[in-house]
Amino acid sequence: MRTAVDIAEAVRTGARSAVDVIDEHLAEVDRREPEIHAFNLVLADEARRAAADLDRRVAAGESVGRLAGVPLALKDNLCTRGLPTTCSSRILDGWCPPYDATVVERLRAAGAVFVGKTNLDEFAMGSSTENSAFGPTRNPLDITRVPGGSSGGSAAAVAAGFAPLALGSDTGGSIRQPAAFCGVVGVKPTYGAVSRYGLIAFASSLDQIGPFSATVADSALLLEVIAGHDPLDSTSIQSPAPSLTEAVEVGVEGLRIGIIRELMDGIDADVAARVREAADVLAAAGAKVEEVSVAATIYGLSAYYLIAPAEASSNLSRYDGVRYGLRVDAPDITTMYEQTRAAGFGPEVKRRIMLGTYALSAGYYDAYYGQAQRVRTLITRDFDSAYEHFDALLSPTAPTTAFAFGAKTENPLAMYLSDVCTIPSNLAGHPAMSVPFGTGDDGLPVGVQVLAPALGETVMFRVAGALEAAATAATVMA
Amino acid sequence: MPDRITPDDVRHVARLARLAVTDEEVELFAGQLAAVLEHATDVEALDTSGVPPTAHPLPLENVLRDDVVRTGVDREEVLRMAPGTEAGRFRVPRILGEAP
Repeated sequence: MRTAVDIAEAVRTGARSAVDVIDEHLAEVDRREPEIHAFNLVLADEARRAAADLDRRVAAGESVGRLAGVPLALKDNLCTRGLPTTCSSRILDGWCPPYDATVVERLRAAGAVFVGKTNLDEFAMGSSTENSAFGPTRNPLDITRVPGGSSGGSAAAVAAGFAPLALGSDTGGSIRQPAAFCGVVGVKPTYGAVSRYGLIAFASSLDQIGPFSATVADSALLLEVIAGHDPLDSTSIQSPAPSLTEAVEVGVEGLRIGIIRELMDGIDADVAARVREAADVLAAAGAKVEEVSVAATIYGLSAYYLIAPAEASSNLSRYDGVRYGLRVDAPDITTMYEQTRAAGFGPEVKRRIMLGTYALSAGYYDAYYGQAQRVRTLITRDFDSAYEHFDALLSPTAPTTAFAFGAKTENPLAMYLSDVCTIPSNLAGHPAMSVPFGTGDDGLPVGVQVLAPALGETVMFRVAGALEAAATAATVMA
Repeated sequence: MPDRITPDDVRHVARLARLAVTDEEVELFAGQLAAVLEHATDVEALDTSGVPPTAHPLPLENVLRDDVVRTGVDREEVLRMAPGTEAGRFRVPRILGEAP
């Protein structure tokens, strides 16, 4: 009884106490966290208090929420009032936000119990959590491998059984790629489906908060709780959040599903083989599956590495040593800014600030940022053409399984290529999710990515549910 | 587009970004920035005349909300987080004076 759906049901009906549930998960944290380092902060006392309070409310006959007593890990770029929120950066040293993110408020109201704040690549910039100022997170399935990133701590927390649910943020694949590497489900919703209020900004036109879980149904439940309009985020979608939990078991009979040809190029053979097997099981379940070209996706990586650093360089200008976090004292303010930022940011964050500042500087704005924003439109148009003939699309989540520590740290471009399959969905603003589907030749999990058009979460969860059912059946037989 | 990124380019950009950089970082960034921008040449070469830019997948424009008074963040709580304060305001080093 470890899924969120089961735990919430048991706690709500009084069959199991929330304190018992959180104690069980905290025991797992005690046992394995020293080698995994999923968390920047474990909230053991706060979690036990919240659980005890829920148990009192259940005993008093009060109604508790849809996630009653479910342990949940929060990526440490989500603001939690009065609790340190670091983005795994020295520059936010000592800072406690004066407000909660909207998702944090909604989760608390739904009865979720926060286990801790999870490690990430500094300011969510990276694909391995090796860029954290507090040291890397290790993959619970093989501690010599990275968990992926940037939401590596959240993926690892779910994979290690520290919490059945976690939240991450996904700017270019930062939920889906670590989910694939750690063998869990990870979802990037439609841009605007989940409020970004209280998510510390990296690239505002791409960032989106989303769930991690062990099962597809748990991600559907979590997304239903956090989605929906928020007046505090001007990019928040105003239509009601879709119903997803019922979609998981509907099946794929009659759906048209396309394998994106361009995203099968340059993919490790074992990973590509799993994607083709996934296509086969969907066909066996009644879907019509074919290859499809989404040609402009090949420009995704280049466009992303102009847009994301440009927006980051602007967003991160707020870390200036004036209002919060680190300050390196200096006799004049310009030197204070320059020294504070030099001391507070790590190498990857500096690299992206430099790249973004260059791309936005006089004379280059239109050639770089403007051009890349127009290329987004080309990518979206090619997706739209594909969706005239298909309900959902399929690709690998990442070109490889989890790689070894240090394998890509010397060459930023090699690291960036890790996100080649996930970036197009961020540029288009479309939803996409990673579902574990078998393993590679190294025995580590492979993630299959399910993509859908804007607001197409329902069909996406139908496909994901069918893939999970097939993968589970295969495991049982093996 | 420039053929390559010179150390002076890097120092100029670092000044714009208010980032103190070491000589080693100047060398490192010059090479790495050039490599990423080189990768972007395929995007620069695309014909996008008449293509509008994308920032949101849905047509949201001029988002407004009712002008209702609500409690904002607590001033004392915000000031407690600042590296320097004085008389209810943020305190910073000298702004005016000889340029550095």
